[in-house]
Amino acid sequence: MVDGTRELAMAAEPPRAAACRRWRRLLHRRSTVALLMCLPMILLIGGLVLYPALYALYLSMLNRRMTAFVGLGNFLFLLHRLTFQQVIFQSSLFAISAVLLKAFFGFILAHLMHNIPNRHQRIWRGLLLVPWVIPLALSTLGWWWLFDPSYSAFNYVLKDLGFTPVPWLGVAWPARLCMIAVNVWFGTSFFMIMYLAALKSVPEQLYEAAAIDGAGAIQKMLYITLPMIRNIISVTVLYSLIVTFANFDIVRILTNGGPEDSTHVFATYAFQVGIQSGDVPLGASVSLFMFPLLAVFAYFVLRNVTRRGKEMAV
Amino acid sequence: MAEVSIRKVVKVFEGNVQAVKGIDLEIADKEFVVLVGPSGCGKSTTLRMVAGLEEISSGEIWIGGDLVNDVPPRDRDIAMVFQNYALYPHMTVFENMAFGLKLRKFPKDEIRRRVDDAARMLDISALLGRKPKALSGGQRQRVAMGRAIVRNPKVFLFDEPLSNLDAKLRVAMRTEIKKVHQTIPTTTVYVTHDQVEAMTLADRVVVMNAGIIEQVGPPQELYHSPATRFVAGFIGSPAMNFLLVEMFDDGGLKMRLANGAVLPVPASRFERYAACKGRQMTLGLRPEHLTETQDVMHPGVARVDAPVDVVEPMGMETLIHFFIGSQPVCARVDPATPAHPGQNLPLAADLNQMHLIDDETGRVV
Repeated sequence: MVDGTRELAMAAEPPRAAACRRWRRLLHRRSTVALLMCLPMILLIGGLVLYPALYALYLSMLNRRMTAFVGLGNFLFLLHRLTFQQVIFQSSLFAISAVLLKAFFGFILAHLMHNIPNRHQRIWRGLLLVPWVIPLALSTLGWWWLFDPSYSAFNYVLKDLGFTPVPWLGVAWPARLCMIAVNVWFGTSFFMIMYLAALKSVPEQLYEAAAIDGAGAIQKMLYITLPMIRNIISVTVLYSLIVTFANFDIVRILTNGGPEDSTHVFATYAFQVGIQSGDVPLGASVSLFMFPLLAVFAYFVLRNVTRRGKEMAV
Repeated sequence: MAEVSIRKVVKVFEGNVQAVKGIDLEIADKEFVVLVGPSGCGKSTTLRMVAGLEEISSGEIWIGGDLVNDVPPRDRDIAMVFQNYALYPHMTVFENMAFGLKLRKFPKDEIRRRVDDAARMLDISALLGRKPKALSGGQRQRVAMGRAIVRNPKVFLFDEPLSNLDAKLRVAMRTEIKKVHQTIPTTTVYVTHDQVEAMTLADRVVVMNAGIIEQVGPPQELYHSPATRFVAGFIGSPAMNFLLVEMFDDGGLKMRLANGAVLPVPASRFERYAACKGRQMTLGLRPEHLTETQDVMHPGVARVDAPVDVVEPMGMETLIHFFIGSQPVCARVDPATPAHPGQNLPLAADLNQMHLIDDETGRVV
């Protein structure tokens, strides 16, 4: 009865008034308000992230003079180039080994830190965060000096101990290892702080229940700690992998890609090809090369993180 | 055989805070003992010391004839149910229950059998594949109990296991716990701040206060013969009424209340209270011993006038609140008794059930 009256009233309404009412209702919806409030940020992200990314994609499909569209030609050209194959190898070696080592040392440091009483913990936490807080370019300069062929402090010690000095940055493999070492030195504290926060969020009673169930220290780590902080480990590793793959400062300052382009990573090689050699489209192709792989990796990691998060939230 | 013996146990926390002040307690094999007391009385600390989760500052704890002071929790052969269940959120119900057996390297068939048996007993067989997140509070509580049962330990420890449940579920789970103990008689130490839980579950109740044991005894003994004012006030709901009285002899021992009313001490108590003559004491009387008047007043029953302040109908009884002097008093009357605020209701105080407390020592005379 009431519905019928309402329908009659609506039928009598002029079309313009009805449209006005529809608009008003749309504007009052929670989802519309939310969209309007998010719009500035969406536009900002669109302008500063999406546009450059799409523009880089467009650039990577042009010829050197940027006059003709070549499709995936630049990517195919790169794949056949020996130097670039070396860059893929070096980037993967650098990023994967550095991230694994950072994750390992970060985990150990976080555990040690977690077991220090709170009031002593603060000072150690502060000290261990120093490498991460100092500007990377500056601290890498310090490392460069330590590896310097003439003034190397490491060689000074080696010589004093009766060993032959090592050309740290002059030969491919020592140079690669030096870069990894500096990256691990720089990034371990980030892992430590993330893991420490994760460890603190594991309820103490789970460890007590496990202790009563018969778990020792290693079993507690395997069956309680690792599963409980697996999400943080995944997200930290993913984030660090992306950042390490995109690393520029360490390679640029320590070796500048040498010797014989053996230590180039994507960022430094893209810089060399795109800016220093003036082939912007090829540089853009280099910098975009890892994007699909990392995107797929990120998709699977984040999907598992969401699933586990839902399962474990009590 | 799994007796638990706590001998002169002291626990001092950082900052010289003494949580447990040298307690002694002997728990017999298969006995259900409940530690009860207000927050901060040291009951949970005592339980955690028995579990091995808290170091003992001094004293000894024996389980099944072995000194366990330096034995880690996993080697004490105990199982514990925590207040917030402490279920492993990343494991299914089955994995939660099987975890302790898996660590002790039980064969898979045996683990399956024990978990199935416990699940059947607790009616959680259908939940074995679920994660704790998908369970209700009561179901989680059952799983926590199941995890303890499958291990078949020497001693069960319960740390306020029903505190997080709603009132109805708490009553149901209380019965469940009692049933489990009847089915698998195992030495059990149960901590709670709820005196109803303590009374209903325990073979013996241990009332703790400020780090010491006030009294140990069967629930009925604690209720009817409390040793101290603390126990008298803690056990029983509504709590016992405490009234300041002046003891005098006027051809028979009598008590003068704060409002000037005089109550005669029953003749059977003359000898026991003789030494209190002329002193100020506290009269303890439970609400159910302060009821509506009867046609025939029995010996030892005296009349008290109650200027009714608040009436609380509870269904099977009605609680009447009033003041004597400035002291609040609660009486339990028949629901058929007409009572309303402002009314002067005559009540009968059964002084045969009275307790007389020495204010200086806090002990019941």
